[in-house]
Amino acid sequence: MPEVLTAPLVVEFPFTRSLGPVQSAFLTGLRERVVLGVAAADGRTLVPPVEYDPVTAEELRDLVEVAPTGTVTTWAWNHEPRRGQPLGTPFAWVLVRLDGADTALLHALDVPAPEAVRTGMRVRIRWAGERTGAITDIACFEPYDGEPVPPGGSDGAFEDKVAGIVAHARLDYTYSPGRAQSAYIAALSGRRTVGERCPSCRKVYVPPRGACPTCGVATTEQVEVGPAGTVTTFCIVNIKAKNLDIDVPYVYAHIALDGADLALHGRIGGIPYDQVRMGLRVEPVWTDGGRYPDHYRPTGEPDADYETYKELL
Amino acid sequence: MTGEMDREIAVVAFGQSDTLRGTAEHSEVEMLMPVLHDVLERTGLKTADIGFTCSGSSDYLAGRAFSFTLALDGVGAWPPISESHVEMDGAWALYEAWTKLLTGDADTALVYSYGKSSPGSVRDVLTRQLDPYYLAPLWPDSVALAALQAQALIDAGDTDEPALAGIAARSRADGAGNPHAQLRGPVPHGDYLVRPLRTGDCPPIGDGAAAVVLAAGERARELCERPAWIRGIDHRIEAHALGVRDLTDSPSTRLAAEKAGAFARPVDTAELHAPFTSQEVVLRKALRLGDDVRVNPSGGALAANPIMAAGLIRIGEAATAVHRGESDRVLAHATSGPCLQQNLVAVLEGDPR
Repeated sequence: MPEVLTAPLVVEFPFTRSLGPVQSAFLTGLRERVVLGVAAADGRTLVPPVEYDPVTAEELRDLVEVAPTGTVTTWAWNHEPRRGQPLGTPFAWVLVRLDGADTALLHALDVPAPEAVRTGMRVRIRWAGERTGAITDIACFEPYDGEPVPPGGSDGAFEDKVAGIVAHARLDYTYSPGRAQSAYIAALSGRRTVGERCPSCRKVYVPPRGACPTCGVATTEQVEVGPAGTVTTFCIVNIKAKNLDIDVPYVYAHIALDGADLALHGRIGGIPYDQVRMGLRVEPVWTDGGRYPDHYRPTGEPDADYETYKELL
Repeated sequence: MTGEMDREIAVVAFGQSDTLRGTAEHSEVEMLMPVLHDVLERTGLKTADIGFTCSGSSDYLAGRAFSFTLALDGVGAWPPISESHVEMDGAWALYEAWTKLLTGDADTALVYSYGKSSPGSVRDVLTRQLDPYYLAPLWPDSVALAALQAQALIDAGDTDEPALAGIAARSRADGAGNPHAQLRGPVPHGDYLVRPLRTGDCPPIGDGAAAVVLAAGERARELCERPAWIRGIDHRIEAHALGVRDLTDSPSTRLAAEKAGAFARPVDTAELHAPFTSQEVVLRKALRLGDDVRVNPSGGALAANPIMAAGLIRIGEAATAVHRGESDRVLAHATSGPCLQQNLVAVLEGDPR
């Protein structure tokens, strides 16, 4: 069996999310250095505030300002901050019940060592220098031994309210395609196309995924297919894809390689787009350094008889 | 619903892969297939005999969209089968399959789940399940959130670090008897990962798969010598915001257990899905488990925690104890979300002997 293939895979996505009226007021408030809670049905003031009551599911709308000072209700010492976390130096994760609130907010507490944290300690918000209307407008909390800071009387009516947030996310993976696909990719590097045969129904799958979807058993026997094949069906692409250096219109086709029982797909070149047809015989065209066929072109053979590929449509 | 709601439904077979730190040589379906074949072989069923198939997995673990559709190749999903998927632990897939069997639409169900945590950084991946407005932008990782819960328990006097270390040691010692476990035998309790949790308080990161076959009534007796009858199963969820909850308690677990009938009579064994030592403390309290109840004889999630499968494995391990005649009445628990946010409880029994 060829060596196991792996490759870095980065999944990165900015989620653009709209805000409900309560979230919008809260995050706008942070931008203005005001912390808002919401009055719940049971009389509690929830901070951070939510759109719907956590007990009754009633819509909540009564905003009330709370203090930027509060009390740690639990903590955890994070000696190795990870990417994206509020502080780059060791810090304590804390749940903080702000003065005037009945629930706690998660954030970071900037202290030099775990000995400097305890449940019940008093803290206050350290505001970020640049604030945009996001939870990160609170840079972190810091120890505070002064008098409670009385909250202002904001009711959440701000100018220019934030209507949404953009939540960036990035996750890093090491992708491995597994046994069957590793073998397929390894063969492609030698410009060979290798499928796998189902031991039960004898179908040859290209590319192989390791299992026969009809029989639910592992495919193990490797079978070289092609290189030539037959166009079983096709479409004409008229819209240029982003970052794709191919002139439109072009043809994208299902191609049943000789010996395969499943069609794979590829671009058809070397023939005007309006002359591509079902049954057209094609062969792969490799470019220097290409790890898979760049496209398929006509072989010049007579078209395949419909009967020979009708089961592969 | 035509009077079928009182059908008896049982777990008649359970299979699982070894849980391994890395499985790069296998794709998900390649990892899963031997487990599917194992449970089918135990029951003598073929794919075509299965009335309903339900699976649980998460695309975020592998970083691939619709990864579950590829796993479906392993069950022989063509011609089209009656099938469903939950983006949750397989225990919730089992719940869906149980309801399907209750309706009388099917007599047998195949439930499976799998997770490969090795491709990504699972501590970071799990941050993406959090509230995107107030939590996710801070990237609080799964260990950090569990550590906040652990400290709350210590502050409340419910546990202390030596007691947590004891839970870790007991779990790994029991894991020694589980051929599929990742940690089998003593491991150092280690340094703080996020204080107060040490590496020993945290689950190993591993890849694995599990499968269960459910059957109704007489069909269950045909397929299994001693079926593990599901006497009750229920799942409940709490508020997502951690600061709204009392992290030292799990009212959702308690309520699910009540609805599942767990408190009607004592159980002899409990398989608890507690990935962190501190969470076992919460669950024991919520489920009122006495010292006479065997907890996690499999080693539990501290010995093997293939995410998305570890909850289904709890049900499978509990059922296996009934199949083997080692237990008569067992409780199985599965959890999902940060700090035991959502909890499922099932009570299984064997026929009287």
